[in-house]
Amino acid sequence: MQKFIPFLADLAKVPPVFRNLIFPALASLAFVSCENRSDVEIANEENILIIGNSNEPKGLDPHLVSGVLESNIIRALFEGLCVEDPAQDSTSLPGAALSWNPTEGENFTEWIFNLNPEAKWSDGVPVTAHDFAFSYQRLLSPDPNWPAKYAEMLYFLKNGEAYHRSHFGNILCGNDPDFPLSWEILKEANFEGDKKIKLENFANKDFSKLDEKNLEKFEKYLTESDTLDFKKLAAEKVDLDGLSDPEKRVFFNSKGIDKLNKDQLTFLKKRPELLNWTVQVPPAVRQLVLDRLIAHHEAGKPNLWEEAQVGVTAVDDFTLKLNLRGPVPFLTEITKHYTWYPVPKHVVLRHGKMNTAYSSRWTRPENIVSNGPFKLKIWRTNHVLEVEKNPHYWDAETVSLDGIRYLPISNYYTETRMFGDDQLHVTYTVPSELIPMAKEKYPEQLRQEPYVGVRFLRVNTRNTPFDNPKVRRAFALAIDQKSICEKILQGGQQPASGIVPPFGTYKPPGIIHFDPDKAKALLAESGYESTSSFPDISLLTTNSDSGLREAEALQAMWQKHLGIKVRITQREWTTYLQKQYDYDYDLCVAGWIGDYLDPTTFLEMWVTDGGNNNTGWGSKEFEDLLTKAENTADVPTRMGILSDAERTILDDTPVLPIYWYTTNYLIRPEVKNWNPLLLNNHPFKFVKIEK
Amino acid sequence: MLKTILSRVTQTIIVVFLLVTFVFFAVRAIPGNPFASDKATSPEEQAALEAYYGLDKPLVVQYFNYWKNVAQGDFGDSLAMKGRKVSTLISESFPVSLKLGLLSLFLGMGIGIPLGIIAALFHNKWQDYLAMVIAMAGICIVAFVLGPIFQLSISRPLTWLNVAGWNRTSDILLPAITLCFGVAAYLARLTRGGMLDVLSQDYIRTAKAKGVPTLQIITKHALRPALMPAVTFLGPAFAAIITGSFVVENIFLVPGMGQHFVLGVTSNDYNLVLGLVLFYGILMGIANLLSDLALIFMDPKLRNS
Repeated sequence: MQKFIPFLADLAKVPPVFRNLIFPALASLAFVSCENRSDVEIANEENILIIGNSNEPKGLDPHLVSGVLESNIIRALFEGLCVEDPAQDSTSLPGAALSWNPTEGENFTEWIFNLNPEAKWSDGVPVTAHDFAFSYQRLLSPDPNWPAKYAEMLYFLKNGEAYHRSHFGNILCGNDPDFPLSWEILKEANFEGDKKIKLENFANKDFSKLDEKNLEKFEKYLTESDTLDFKKLAAEKVDLDGLSDPEKRVFFNSKGIDKLNKDQLTFLKKRPELLNWTVQVPPAVRQLVLDRLIAHHEAGKPNLWEEAQVGVTAVDDFTLKLNLRGPVPFLTEITKHYTWYPVPKHVVLRHGKMNTAYSSRWTRPENIVSNGPFKLKIWRTNHVLEVEKNPHYWDAETVSLDGIRYLPISNYYTETRMFGDDQLHVTYTVPSELIPMAKEKYPEQLRQEPYVGVRFLRVNTRNTPFDNPKVRRAFALAIDQKSICEKILQGGQQPASGIVPPFGTYKPPGIIHFDPDKAKALLAESGYESTSSFPDISLLTTNSDSGLREAEALQAMWQKHLGIKVRITQREWTTYLQKQYDYDYDLCVAGWIGDYLDPTTFLEMWVTDGGNNNTGWGSKEFEDLLTKAENTADVPTRMGILSDAERTILDDTPVLPIYWYTTNYLIRPEVKNWNPLLLNNHPFKFVKIEK
Repeated sequence: MLKTILSRVTQTIIVVFLLVTFVFFAVRAIPGNPFASDKATSPEEQAALEAYYGLDKPLVVQYFNYWKNVAQGDFGDSLAMKGRKVSTLISESFPVSLKLGLLSLFLGMGIGIPLGIIAALFHNKWQDYLAMVIAMAGICIVAFVLGPIFQLSISRPLTWLNVAGWNRTSDILLPAITLCFGVAAYLARLTRGGMLDVLSQDYIRTAKAKGVPTLQIITKHALRPALMPAVTFLGPAFAAIITGSFVVENIFLVPGMGQHFVLGVTSNDYNLVLGLVLFYGILMGIANLLSDLALIFMDPKLRNS
């Protein structure tokens, strides 16, 4: 070997260009910073908390995001009316509001919030009740171009839903106490349209002949000789004169009065019999309804905000009045959710209109202004997001940290390794494979805490064999939940006996328990033979490793206890979601995390045709119970009604509960005031780094 | 030479055009919906979003609009990371990937070429076998195995070296070393092959017969032609390595370009994928042109043809 050593010297004779590139590169290796302190040690001195935050935030506009990782940042930047207690669930501390109380004792339908006159935006401008009114109007904007995912969080406000969904009839007629017919009766007329028929879905298909399934939807409008021209019906500008009478009938009834424009309303006024009114709505009232709507359209108002009288009023600069759709004794819990946070009116309007969505630059680091304990300092895509202490914050002396650094670590194995190398104070999670290792190596640092969330299977109740409740129940009872929790997940998860995790004073009905014998019996009762004759069904899941392991466990359990072989279909995230919205699945694994501490956050999604229902299931009884609970102020009675509602859904089993979530994460001992909280929303203003 | 440049440029334009055309239709054929999210999207919202991004128009119209916008320097908005321009995403992440890629390319050359030369000189001896075992290992052991091994065995014991991140100057080291192995391995094999080929040539035998020292034969006569296969490989390798690697970026938390490729496809972010493909195609064209020019510089026969 020795004779070749001079060869290395020859390398130095390479052309200068080459040399000029290679030597700086080598030199940079030699002179790498020799900082011997770990990241955490440096951060402790700077009083900055470093936390793993899973991924790049989709945005920072509290009205447009819907994820947990965005919420972790937004809760540091913004502040709602009330603030979480650092150690106790269901306790509210003053935030932007100093004090609050329902105006009429125990009724809880009208609340007054007295805002803190000292509260300021990070540019020094006071936070006023007008900011809140503006924010709620913004989030509820009915414009289809306004892509807010979480507007329904504000449906607690009186008329919030009617305004957001542009329910013209309800707002223009139902809100008027002098209207000759009460809204309760009037609403039976077709305002919202026949939800079964979406003309757009038929527009691009050539239905020379409708198949049976689709024909059903139109049956009530058709006589035997009728044919429908869907192209004409779903055209952007429908030419009413060119339609046959049955086509007109389909058009008006599928759209509903609320969605008709001025010309269509005028046409309908001439021929009101084309719409299916109920008998209780007399002809004179029909004309009156149409007149009101036409008059509104003629006035050329862009939207219904003023007429809607949504229950948010800025009484004066520092008094906010909220009128609710019913008694909401837990309102302060809800105001902690980021959708109820204020956005700075003066800054939002400086960078766009009220509901300019993603093209607005108000959330960019150079523009954003916030009212929370921290303000945005740095935001680099896929790299780092850092917030620093907000000097204008009203309670700045309580805030101990000088900043928080969020790292978008999507690889959780790397995250655990970084924690071990003293690069992080708190991790986002611990992957289930590493939990045994973490238990051994970091017994003091590992936290396993209950988290209000449920893992479950959606069932497509529109297709065979799952249109049969007995089959659904059999599949639910054949899931050995305990072994999934203990053998696969190992993160302290609890077998789920229902869809609402246990918390507070709520008593879950607790119906679903692993019972293979009963499962077999139910399957036999259902009329389906197990094994060969059972229809071919598939289980939809995401393309993650953990998703596959879970699906394989479920597959094995159904095979073992029911003798049914289920195929596993893995799809990447967006396809996985789309298949659920399209009802293109049989069984599908999914999860749901509570937004606030009340059972309704888990129950309301199951109303008929709810945006996140996707099972095709619906029950009048269930919805009546929810409405009843909505109008009940007494907490124990209300919880009883909600428990009954959960029982209704579990009895019918359109969802198969698997387990209740826990959070598993690592946290360094010097981080103080970070206590177990059911929603895992730790108020950063109280967090301390002990030196 | 001018002819070479011209033909390369024309080729690049055609290839990039075909590439973008193919990818344009291919990404739209991927199942899934760019606007699907964990909260349901109503049909009205979906329609509004499609209209906003121009996805409601017929495919052919969308296609021509895309070229029209590109001609005006507009790569469009990212569909998944809303409110961010594709051009911003590329211009933020490319410098990171370029820096990392260049360092690992030089490291790869520094290891691979000498390894190949040694292997060729000791043809069929243990040195050759050892070098080739290392090279094969470099090709076979993938980054998602190497990365964690390095994290646990190198950076854990060293206090000044972080496991992952992109804040300290030293943070570039581990990802660069992980990336350089693949390059080094290919270069070692190509250099060895080239070297063996050249060493059996008549003019080398003549030089040996004249009594020229081995070292001088290698540096003066053999190295330049022996490196030609390696240089051909370096062109595309250069373009590939400076556009980032998903695996390495994911393991080492590097804010580079590689993850945009993968996440762009999985989230059906048409504009991002197309922008990246266009950018990558052009880079590849430039890299190939540079390697052609280097070959011409190295081989007098090519210069005259």
